[in-house]
Amino acid sequence: MIQYIVRRILQTIPVLIGVSILVFSMMHLVPGDPAQIMAGESAPQEQVDNLRERLGLNDPLPVQYFTYVSNVVQGDLGNSIRSGRDVGDEIGSRFWVTVELAFYSTILAVFIGIIAGVISATKRNSFADTGIMIVALFGLSMPNFWLGLMLIQWFAIGMDLPSWIPFLENTSWFKPSGWGSFSQIVLPVITLGTGSAAIIARMTRSSMLDVIGQDYIRTARAKGVKERIVIYRHALKNALIPVVTVVGLQFGGLLGGAVLTETVFAINGMGRLVIDSISARDFPVVQGTILVTALLFVFVNLLVDIAYKFLNKRIDLD
Amino acid sequence: MDKQKELLNVKNLKQYFPIKGGFFGRTVNHVKAVDDVSFTVYEGETLSIVGESGCGKSTTGRAILRLDEPTSGSVEFDGTDLLSLNKKEMNQMRKNLQIIFQDPYASINPRHTVRQILTEAMEIQNVWPKEQRNDKVIELLETVGLGAHQADRLPHEFSGGQRQRIGIARALSVNPKLIIADEAVSALDVSIQAQVLNLLKKLQREFKLTYLFISHDLGVVRHISDRIIVMYLGKIVEIGDKKSLFENPKHPYTKSLLSAIPSTDVDKKKERIILKGDVPSPIDPPKGCRFHTRCPFATELCRTEAPELRSTDENNLDHQAACHHMEKFEAESLQPMA
Amino acid sequence: MGKPNSYENILEIKNLQTSFFTKDLELKAVDGVSFTIPKQKTLGVVGESGSGKSITSLSILRLIEEPGKIVGGEILFKGENLLKKKESEMRNIRGNEISMIFQEPMTSLNPTLTIGEQIGESFRIHQGLSKKEALKKSVEMLELVGIPSPKKRVKQYPYELSGGMRQRVMIAIALACNPNLLIADEPTTALDVTIQAQILDLIKNLQEQLGMGVLLITHDLGVVAESCDVVAVMYCGQVVEYADVKTLFKEPKHPYTIGLMKSIPPHDQDIEGDLEVIKGAVPSPAEMPTGCRFAPRCPFATELCKTKMPELQTDENGNQIRCWMHTDEWDGVKDREVTVHG
Repeated sequence: MIQYIVRRILQTIPVLIGVSILVFSMMHLVPGDPAQIMAGESAPQEQVDNLRERLGLNDPLPVQYFTYVSNVVQGDLGNSIRSGRDVGDEIGSRFWVTVELAFYSTILAVFIGIIAGVISATKRNSFADTGIMIVALFGLSMPNFWLGLMLIQWFAIGMDLPSWIPFLENTSWFKPSGWGSFSQIVLPVITLGTGSAAIIARMTRSSMLDVIGQDYIRTARAKGVKERIVIYRHALKNALIPVVTVVGLQFGGLLGGAVLTETVFAINGMGRLVIDSISARDFPVVQGTILVTALLFVFVNLLVDIAYKFLNKRIDLD
Repeated sequence: MDKQKELLNVKNLKQYFPIKGGFFGRTVNHVKAVDDVSFTVYEGETLSIVGESGCGKSTTGRAILRLDEPTSGSVEFDGTDLLSLNKKEMNQMRKNLQIIFQDPYASINPRHTVRQILTEAMEIQNVWPKEQRNDKVIELLETVGLGAHQADRLPHEFSGGQRQRIGIARALSVNPKLIIADEAVSALDVSIQAQVLNLLKKLQREFKLTYLFISHDLGVVRHISDRIIVMYLGKIVEIGDKKSLFENPKHPYTKSLLSAIPSTDVDKKKERIILKGDVPSPIDPPKGCRFHTRCPFATELCRTEAPELRSTDENNLDHQAACHHMEKFEAESLQPMA
Repeated sequence: MGKPNSYENILEIKNLQTSFFTKDLELKAVDGVSFTIPKQKTLGVVGESGSGKSITSLSILRLIEEPGKIVGGEILFKGENLLKKKESEMRNIRGNEISMIFQEPMTSLNPTLTIGEQIGESFRIHQGLSKKEALKKSVEMLELVGIPSPKKRVKQYPYELSGGMRQRVMIAIALACNPNLLIADEPTTALDVTIQAQILDLIKNLQEQLGMGVLLITHDLGVVAESCDVVAVMYCGQVVEYADVKTLFKEPKHPYTIGLMKSIPPHDQDIEGDLEVIKGAVPSPAEMPTGCRFAPRCPFATELCKTKMPELQTDENGNQIRCWMHTDEWDGVKDREVTVHG
C-alpha cells in the first residue's frame, strides 16, 4: 500500500512538469509582445523595454522556463499587474472559498447521487426509478448558470405566494450573493452540485444493477442475509468502485464550473478572480490561478486513486 | 507402426509471459507457461494434449500458430520453420493450420451471416475461384451437418453445438492440413459433444486431416486420439500412444489424473490417489521435478533434479515419461509417503 | 424448531412448477418436478443445460428472481411446506437449515469482504455471535474444510485464493450452521479433476460427520455414480427417471438416460467407431413439444409419444419413470403401429 502511494505520488511529477510547461507557454502563445501587453498599449517604448528586461523576457526560453519554475517552487507566482500585489496573496483566501464551494457541492452530489442511484437500482423499472431518472436527465441538461439564476429568482428574491398558503408569504429564504453564512452557501452549492448529482446517480444505478446480478449477491441471499444488508453491505461497496473515479473527475469539473457559479452569485473565489484577470489581461494572476487549480486537480485525483485502491483490493495484483 | 511423415515438429518451445511491476513497470518476473516442450505430430493422426488448467496446453497451441509469439524454440510445419516467417508469409501459411476454439461465438463476427463468415475465410486465403465459393459454402455446411437454408442466418440464431459446427466449417473452408482444436467440445452438453466428436472423426477420415486436440477431458481424449501428451506446469510429463498410456500410465501425475475421474461403473470400487494441494504458480515453479510438491512418492532426488523424458520399455520406446522412479513403480517397491 | 423428527425425508418436492414470464409468454422452466431426498442421503439431479435443474434448486430456497416465479407445487422440508413460509421465516432457513454452494467459486465470493467476514456473517445472522466469536468460529470452519493456515486465511480476500480453495470457503460458509440439507449446484464443474476429487471427497466426509442430506446437481454422470444414493434425471423441466444409483446405472430405463450414458466417451475403455448419439438438440423453451418432451429426439417415439405427455410411473421399489414404453398402453400402441405400417 505504502509502495503504491509513493509510486502514485512519483507518477504525478511528469503531470506537474507538463502543467507548468503549458502554463508557462500561455504567456508566449498570446499574440503580441507580453511586455507590451503588460505595460499597456500606450506605454512608451523605453518602459516596455525595461519591463521586458526586468521580466527576463530577453533570455532564451529554456532559461525563462527554469526561472519561472524555480520561482514557483519557492512560492513566488509573480505580481499582479492590476494591483501589483503578490499573486499568491491575491489567490490566498479566494482559493479556500472555491475549494469550499466545490467541496460542499461534491458532498451534496455524492450524497444525493448515491442515494438516488441505489433507490433507482433496487426498485428497478418502478415509478420511483423512472421518476429519479427523469429528474437526473433534467439535472444533467440544465446549464448551471441558468439554474443559479432561477434559484435566485425563486428562493432569494422570492416569489410572492397566494396568502392562503400558511406561513409562506414569500420564499426569499436565502441570500443571492456572497459567501460565508449558511444562507449564502445553500444556493450556489445546489447550483454547482446538481449536474454532478445527476451523473453520480446514473452511474450508481448502472453500477449497482451490474453488481446485483453478480453471483456473490446470490451467495449472500442464500446465506439468509436481509435484503437491506445485501444491498448496503454486499452490493454497495462493490458498486461504488467505479463511482469513486467519477466523483474524482466531477470534483475537477466543479472547479471549472465554479467560474460560472461564482459569477452568478458574486462570490469572491478563484473563478471570479480568473474572469476578472482575463478581462484585465492580468497574466501573472491567470497563470497562477490555473497552476493552483491544476495542482488541486492532480491532488484530488491522487486521493481518489488511493481511495479506489482501498476499496478495490484486487488491483494489488498489478 | 511404420514411420509416418512428420507434419509438425515442435522443438524446445518456450513461452514466457513477462510480469510488469515495481516502480517503473519493469519486467520483474515471467510466467513460464510453456517451458521447453518438444513433440512431433505425424500426418493423419490425432495427437492430444491433456492437463489441468495452467499446464500450458492451450498456450502451446497458440504458440504454434504464433497467436502469441513464442519466446524461443522452433516450430517446423511440413519442412518450413514457422518462427522464421514474416507476417505475410505466416498469414499465407495459416491456410494449412487452422484452429477451433472452445467458444466459437467469441471468435466469429456476430453481425456476419454464416455465408459471409465462410466466404471471408476463403477470400483471405484465396482458395476456390470466386464463382465457386457460394457452392462451396453450401457444400461445407452440409459437410458439418447444417443445411443450405441456414446459410443466411446470423450466429446468434444457432445453438452452441451448431455454432461449433460453423467454427469447424470455417476451419475447413481453406482446406487445412492441420487443425488445432482447443477445448473444442468442452462447453457443449454431452449429447451435443458426442455429435461433434463423431463429426470430427468423420471429417478426419474424409479429408485426411491431422488434429492437435487440446482438452482437459480424458474420456474425450481417449476416444479421439491416437497418441497423447500429458502436461503439468508447462512441461510434458508423459507421452505415448493411447492404449499404452491409458492402460499402463508411467508418471504418478498421469496415474492420479486417471484415478481422479469419476467412473460410471457403480460396482467397481477403485483406488483413488487424491493429490494434496493446488498446482503451484508457474511464475516460480518448484525446483527439480515440478510435480514433487504434490507427488505422494517424491524423494530428495525429485526435489533437486528435474527428470528427463525417457522410456522404460525397449519394445515401446515411444511411450516416455519424465519421472525418476518409474522402474520402482513397475517393481512396486515404492510406497507413498505419509 | 422443537418438532420431533416426524418426517422420513429431509426434502420432498411435489409437482413443483417454476415459470419465467415474458411479455406474452410463460416459459415453464420447471414443470411438475417431484422427488424426495431421504434423511442423510445424497440425491443427484442430472441433466443438460435447459433441463431446469438449477432453477429447481433455486426454487427450494425461494431465490427465484423476477421475471421468474414459483407458480405451483409443494416443497416439504422436514415435513413443512416452504412455499407457505413468510419471507422472514425463509431467511432463517437459508444458510442455517438449508445451505447452497454454487458452480463458480471464482465469482461466488464477495471480492470486497475478507474470507472471515463472509463465513462469520452466517454465525452472526443465525446464531447472533459477536464479531470476535464469529471470527473464531470461521477459523474453525476453515480448518474443517481443510484449508491450511486458517488464521492467516480468514484475513485474506477471495482474490488471494485459488479456485479449489474458494470452493472450500464456499463449503465452509454453507456448513457454518450445521444445515440439514446442502444444495450443491455443479460444485466441481469449474474445477480441475484432481481438485474435483478433493472437493467431492470433502463433501462426502462432512456429510457423514454432520449427518445432512445433500442435493447434488451436476451434468457429470461419473460424479453422480460415485457420490449419490438416488438420482433424478431431468429433461426440459421434468423428471424423466428417478431411481437408486445402482438401478439407474445398471438398468437405465428411459431412452434419454440411456442415450446420455452412451454419449459419454469413457476414460477407462475404448469405444470402437463412433459414439452413439442422441439426435437433434434440446427444444427451446418457447417451442416445447406437446407430447413427451423427448419424443422429437427419441429413437422409439410413436404417434402416442408425440401427442400425449406420459405420466411419472412409480414401481414397487419406489423408482419412477416418465415414458410410454414402460406403461401398459405401450404394447397396444406398438401393435397398432406395426399393423399400420405392415
